[in-house]
Amino acid sequence: MSLNVEHASVRTLPSEKPLRLLDNAGHAVTGAATGGFGLPNTETLLELYRKMVVARRFDVQVTALTKQGRLATYPSAYGQEACEIGATAALTAQDWLFPTYRDSIALLTRGIEPADILQSFRGDWHNGYDQNAHRTAAQATPLATQALHAVGLSHAARLRHDSIVALTFLGDGATSEGDAHEAFNFAAVWQTPTVFVVQNNQFAISVPLERQTRAATLADKAVGYGMPGYHVDGNDIAAMYAVTSAAVERARSGGGPTLIEGVTYRIEAHTNSDDPTRYRAARDVEHWKRRDPIERLEKFLVSEGALTEAMRTEITDAAEALAARTRDVMTTEAELDPLELFDHVYGRERAALVEQRAALEAEIAAGAFASHEGAAR
Amino acid sequence: MTATATSSPAAEASAPTQLTMAGALNAALRDAMAADDRVIVYGEDVGPLGGVFRVTDGLQAEFGDHRIWDSPLAESGIIGTAVGMAMYGMRPVVEMQFDAFSYPAFEQMVSHVAKMRNRTKGRVTLPMVVRIPCAGAIGGVEHHSDSSESYWASTPGLTVVMPSNPADAYSMLREAIESDDPVVFMEPKSRYWSKAPLALPVTTAPMDRAEVVREGTDVTLIGYGPTVRTALEAADAAAAEGLSIEVVDLRSLSPFDDATVSASVRKTSRAAVIHEAAQFGGYGAEVAARVTERNFHHLAAPVLRIAGFDIPFPSPKLEEYHLPTADRVLAALDTWEWDA
Repeated sequence: MSLNVEHASVRTLPSEKPLRLLDNAGHAVTGAATGGFGLPNTETLLELYRKMVVARRFDVQVTALTKQGRLATYPSAYGQEACEIGATAALTAQDWLFPTYRDSIALLTRGIEPADILQSFRGDWHNGYDQNAHRTAAQATPLATQALHAVGLSHAARLRHDSIVALTFLGDGATSEGDAHEAFNFAAVWQTPTVFVVQNNQFAISVPLERQTRAATLADKAVGYGMPGYHVDGNDIAAMYAVTSAAVERARSGGGPTLIEGVTYRIEAHTNSDDPTRYRAARDVEHWKRRDPIERLEKFLVSEGALTEAMRTEITDAAEALAARTRDVMTTEAELDPLELFDHVYGRERAALVEQRAALEAEIAAGAFASHEGAAR
Repeated sequence: MTATATSSPAAEASAPTQLTMAGALNAALRDAMAADDRVIVYGEDVGPLGGVFRVTDGLQAEFGDHRIWDSPLAESGIIGTAVGMAMYGMRPVVEMQFDAFSYPAFEQMVSHVAKMRNRTKGRVTLPMVVRIPCAGAIGGVEHHSDSSESYWASTPGLTVVMPSNPADAYSMLREAIESDDPVVFMEPKSRYWSKAPLALPVTTAPMDRAEVVREGTDVTLIGYGPTVRTALEAADAAAAEGLSIEVVDLRSLSPFDDATVSASVRKTSRAAVIHEAAQFGGYGAEVAARVTERNFHHLAAPVLRIAGFDIPFPSPKLEEYHLPTADRVLAALDTWEWDA
């Protein structure tokens, strides 16, 4: 395969109005507003609904556990379920996801266990799940850095003739970072099978979108890189799933990267240590709560007669069971081994680390951390 | 060529020919690419041009643009995409062109390249090599002569090596590419055109070892990269005055080979370290501290640092005043009390 690519760049701006397939009342949208995308089938929408309900329950549970002091921090994705799950569900098990710290519910959608997702937020280790088994990179904290990893990995897959797509999430604030620019540009120049999903939740901690960009939409940026961009209602999971699925398929078939902006809203604080009343009005939060992504799909499915009361009960029960499991694992202290601090830094043994490990072992044996027994070890 | 340089018995060695360090690095890349199709090379101008120092000369014509290619001009992008490629099992060897141009990649280096293995408990390894042409004495204009080694060496998770001669350049680059840990491979620009007779492939000491490159009894001079030659010149000059200097080439900055350095210092009881980087907080501070901590009762004098001044790297016509010379090294040794 040659890396010489055709120089057919994209010059069409995304729609100024976010494209959507379901309106806020749960009615199917028709005409130009759909951008030509069709509504996913009912079976798919039911599965997306289930995933969102379970994810919401998980998110609420973890926020509660954080307030109880069980986690060091937790960045909630409450209100962003359509972006998180609509995009993630468009991937196959062979594809890779490059998430950020806010995307824990996307990890849940990838089948990662709550205990493994939350290891880092509990403070046990910086990351707690098997990246290779789940084809999900460690949650990135430095903004936009993981987007370059997604570009590199998907390019490597292409070099190997593997039919694999990498999808990465970014926030609206992250689009200001240099690495976002470099990732968009490398992906477009190399025509890598990468999908960038920008969750525009309106705030970077406290700083509103108008302090990040003068662009009319974040999706507009795609044109400058020569890749397609889509401006999507990020609280419409039907639209997020349909647009992302098309981008994934285009990437898989050699059509290169896509930038998708999902316009959504972070209902919760940035993390538990944030005070959003200092930078946004309660009425704005209320406005967005009335645009809830789960309720929107629920209205549609009920109106279609696709979601029965029995199904709703079954889904709620599954969500409650997951919440209970999450409570159980998070109220049990993990056994930590401080000596493991030295074990994974290098593959090749280092004399200095062997010495330091022995020194810490001796300190522990001498009872230097006796008061910490139970907390660590 | 180092004292222990030997031809690999397994491989068929060519007849010795005069080879520059740039040529040895080129050969190492060619042999590594031929041996393992997971080895890929990219960076700025590494393709048809063959790199601004010609280290990748001819490789694209030989291996094709799916194995070696010019990337967009963005260092964070180069390192960040290499992280992703290494995650997928490739062995990227990327070039930073000049020390000071690696700084845009600092976040990717310290936050991801260095930490990925630890963060993932060894589940994700990054077998990648970051080649950085480094240091001065080439008449480079601003930003072309920095010494960035202590930034990388003080970052846990990185392995940092710097060859001083063509044989080590070949052998250490092959070893770095075969390493499952990420390696910062620093190439002293002023040594690119230094020559040695080499029969390739050549295997020198493991890249994490320091080496005694000249034996002596009175003083241990510790250098790396460009300052190994400075130390050898000082040793030659001192020999004429009856002073026997032992020269240690560190080769590896992280890890630090305490055993080899301490053994030498215990023999000579005096040590000085030489580098081009500014003295304050420089790599020599770590060397002096380690040597002193481990060998204090064997030392007859304080460990000296002969380093660049604590100033930004000078303009080309002034760099000679800044760079450590053999004369400056010998003058520093004269500050010791020699009767004690």
